[in-house]
Amino acid sequence: MASDSHEKGRNRPKLELHVPQPHYRPGDTADFSHLNIPAAGDQPRPDEVCEARETYPLCDDLIRVLGDDDRAHGPWDPRLHADTLRKILREMALVRAFDNRMYRAQRQGKTSFYMKCTGEEATSVCATHALAADDMIFPSYRQQGCLIARGYKLTEMINQIYSNKADKLKGRQLPIMYCSKRLNFFSISGNLATQLPQATGFAMASASKGDSRIAATWVGEGSTAEGDFHSALTFATVYNAPVIFNVINNQWAISSFSGFAGAERANFAARAIGYGIAGLRVDGNDPLAVYAAERWAADRARSNGGPTLIEHFTYRAEGHSTSDDPSAYRSAEEREEWPLGDPVNRLRKHLVALGEWDDERQQAMDEEQDAIVRKAQKDAEANGILGHGLHHPFHTMFEDVFEDLPWHLEEQAAQAIRERQIKWPEDKAE
Amino acid sequence: MSALMDEKAAATSQDGVRHMNMIEAINSALDVMLARDPDVILLGEDIGYFGGVFRCTAGLQEKHGTTRVFDTPISECGIIGVAVGMGAYGLRPVPEIQFADYIYPGLDQLISEAARLRYRSAGEFIAPMTVRSPFGGGIFGGQTHSQSPESIFTHVSGLKTVIPATPYDAKGLLISCIEDNDPVIFFEPKRIYNGPFDGYYDKPAKSWKGRDEAQVPEDYYSIPLGKARTVCEGDALTVLAYGTMVHVAESVCRDKGVDAEILDLRTLVPLDIEAIEASVEKTGRCLIVHEATRTSGFGAELSALVTERCFYHLEAPVERVTGFDTPYPHSLEWAYFPGPVRIGEAIDKILSE
Repeated sequence: MASDSHEKGRNRPKLELHVPQPHYRPGDTADFSHLNIPAAGDQPRPDEVCEARETYPLCDDLIRVLGDDDRAHGPWDPRLHADTLRKILREMALVRAFDNRMYRAQRQGKTSFYMKCTGEEATSVCATHALAADDMIFPSYRQQGCLIARGYKLTEMINQIYSNKADKLKGRQLPIMYCSKRLNFFSISGNLATQLPQATGFAMASASKGDSRIAATWVGEGSTAEGDFHSALTFATVYNAPVIFNVINNQWAISSFSGFAGAERANFAARAIGYGIAGLRVDGNDPLAVYAAERWAADRARSNGGPTLIEHFTYRAEGHSTSDDPSAYRSAEEREEWPLGDPVNRLRKHLVALGEWDDERQQAMDEEQDAIVRKAQKDAEANGILGHGLHHPFHTMFEDVFEDLPWHLEEQAAQAIRERQIKWPEDKAE
Repeated sequence: MSALMDEKAAATSQDGVRHMNMIEAINSALDVMLARDPDVILLGEDIGYFGGVFRCTAGLQEKHGTTRVFDTPISECGIIGVAVGMGAYGLRPVPEIQFADYIYPGLDQLISEAARLRYRSAGEFIAPMTVRSPFGGGIFGGQTHSQSPESIFTHVSGLKTVIPATPYDAKGLLISCIEDNDPVIFFEPKRIYNGPFDGYYDKPAKSWKGRDEAQVPEDYYSIPLGKARTVCEGDALTVLAYGTMVHVAESVCRDKGVDAEILDLRTLVPLDIEAIEASVEKTGRCLIVHEATRTSGFGAELSALVTERCFYHLEAPVERVTGFDTPYPHSLEWAYFPGPVRIGEAIDKILSE
């Protein structure tokens, strides 16, 4: 029978499996001519409470405000005060200084792991400025800019990275997996896209209680392939949840280019169309455009207009993490030739063009940020670095599994403490 | 007098006690908690207007409103994921998964997220949810409507697993689960929703009518998690069971005239180890009965615990009666089910040692 049906089908065309390939690999010349980058200011700005479908042309466009002349253009110009722009510039520079120093700390063996967000600073810092302080942030792992924009103490962040005795997460989480209830920054998970249904649930809860808080969540473009992404968008549209989905399209998910998340067929912003929610596609390296889009979505959510999906079109200038070597899978030229530039540099040039900034102030600011990070690092190191014994007491390992410690965990805690006395008899501290 | 008898004595001494089957008892628990705590919210497929495929939430939307009790998309990942976010906000969501067999798409949100949120945030965020789900076989549900996946959850740090065996327990335990600040899986043995099951497929179905365990107070009461119920006291052997199997084991012991001490575990995590140890030390023999597949089932954990902790009191090897290591077959359900024959043989073996 099997051979029969094979015979019957022999005239059919041969099927081909398509496996996506990026445009260039190591050794190739980077060529960005396939990218359609429209002029700044050309994109219409619909009213925040418009029908979702009015935003759909924007899903295939790219909202840009800062032009090649370093000036702000068009209806998306958020018209921020120069003081605010300087504050944002300083915070983005602080994120970068922090990343550089923590990257080095990992190389020095002070911690196990680090993830830089170089080139993506605007997508977290500027977006956070567009939210209210009590809006809930459900981050992924590259949103250190959200915490810094909310004024989190760098020493606390480094304590967490070092998993030392002052780490308020008690040394349980990977470095960079921060959490701050006080700053409305949800706990980071290593499992991808899980924060999207959670953000939606938080937004639904807020709406069900008649509160005014909204939720915003971040996810990489690669993780949009996860089922959680689609569950979250379904729930968000069904209940018109006041939630913002920030999809950070930084082009690479470790070594897999965005084609493996479906980018060859449709922009990530266009995912919104299938769910009937508002969608915006934004130049993620344009700090003004990022702010404006996030503000638009926040205003929409707050006025019961419902959820928005924003694709931040950006570029991951560094490796995925300290465990990654991007030179093994992508063209060395990509980073330098990324056509949308660097967000810190673009904002700096904009402020200079406005006559609100200059090289001297920039240099002073850079030195100041570096000094702030150095001081925080020194303070954190006094609490210990990873693996040097200054960690939380053993018993804490068993706490917070449940609200109360059940008998089996109490027995296991006693075992761990007994073992400690055998393994490290000289160590008296508990 | 057992703790349950105390509770019952207190309950029946008041007005407002009425006969309920397990569905009505669960409905009553949800009704009481929706009325008591404005942060309690119910969500799940078909649970709103329709009241759930097993009718456990019937009438609750009409009484408490569509923003407190509502239907969801068919997405277990979404149901449990949004419940995590609702818990982080400060609500006490009670998501329903229509059948335990469907819980797998929501597993990651349960075991990687809800169960670990308190730990990974060092107590800053919690996920106080009670995931209700009918489980177990005996209703000709085939391999996708009959599973007993409890051991998956007992293996996860940070989750509590609760399984009632009577209407009275179902209400009291469910209220405790909803009030608990940890995520709880509340498995409802659907075979005994309407009446206890003695394991004989060829006999007429029984009803809860006229049984003490179906005398349920209409008002609030709770039964603490982590406390087993002594179904009957005895000296010949200890039987550890939960859910439907409590009734099957009880019926077999009664029919055989075996003087068994049957413990209904009620909660697998946290487990009432004191009650188990005390009983096995008294009887010297232990039979574990569950419906789930055998290999790596919760019976393996119970057997190991009893052997580790009560070895010198044991007169015979610990025995397990379980489902087989196959999916639940539709037409041969009666052959799969760990019924009176399998339990009877195990009892004979233990007592012959």
